Amino acid sequence: MQPGLYHILFISTALFFIGVYGFFTRRNLVTMLMSVELILNSVNLNFIAFNKYLWFDKMDGLFFTIFIIAIAAAEAAVAIAIIINLYRSHNSIDVEQTEELRY
Amino acid sequence: MTGATIIFYLLAALTIVSGLLAVTTRMIFRAAIYLLFCLIGIAGIYFWLQYQFIAAVQIVVYVGGIVVLIIFSIFLTQQAGEKLPKQNLGRQLFSVLAVFCGLALALVQLAQYEFVITDGKPVEPTVANIGKQMLGVDNGGYALPFEIVSILLLAALVGCIVIALKSNTETA
Repeated sequence: MQPGLYHILFISTALFFIGVYGFFTRRNLVTMLMSVELILNSVNLNFIAFNKYLWFDKMDGLFFTIFIIAIAAAEAAVAIAIIINLYRSHNSIDVEQTEELRY
Repeated sequence: MTGATIIFYLLAALTIVSGLLAVTTRMIFRAAIYLLFCLIGIAGIYFWLQYQFIAAVQIVVYVGGIVVLIIFSIFLTQQAGEKLPKQNLGRQLFSVLAVFCGLALALVQLAQYEFVITDGKPVEPTVANIGKQMLGVDNGGYALPFEIVSILLLAALVGCIVIALKSNTETA
């Protein structure tokens, strides 16, 4: 069968829910960040697939993907700065042990 | 079955299998490496769709930037060779259940939905076209979002430095 829009949407749906599963089960901040990256990538794949197969007369999906990649890079950098600072003060990056803001 | 179809299925399998391994393995460094292969698979799918610029950006920013950053943060925060603690079985079970229900719902919706294809003239996603529209200020130009994203990147840069800076009481 010739791969088309539905195949790519299947991949991105699967990747999104893989990321959600990782976000639910992981308790380490770095691995949770990796799950968020998977979710963002599935969204990018969706934008590109729609742009390629449905709205090939425009490039809007492509621009959204470029901006999402830029924002994801900024988000990852800030998150890792926070994680490393947290490790310095708590000696752990487990979410169960970082509960000072909980109450 | 043509060569392009076989390549597509290989890329899809690489992406999904390494994505699954990235969220399930208990060795944190291996999780980062599996994430790397997953992102390379997605870049391969962009190449397969003939969006070469996005594929190049994906490789440069994600594979060359974010994964390297994640690996460095693993080196800084994790003891070597230590496995992540075992997951609570109940939480794992309910996560699988929730994710499976969500996946089934999304796929059922996807199978029922009829997409409408535009009848316009195709635009080639070449770098020249992308650059013209990215910096265009006329109708459909993306100059304003471009400027806002550059300010966001600057703010993130300053924020990272401020967060990671050692406080004065610590150094003194």
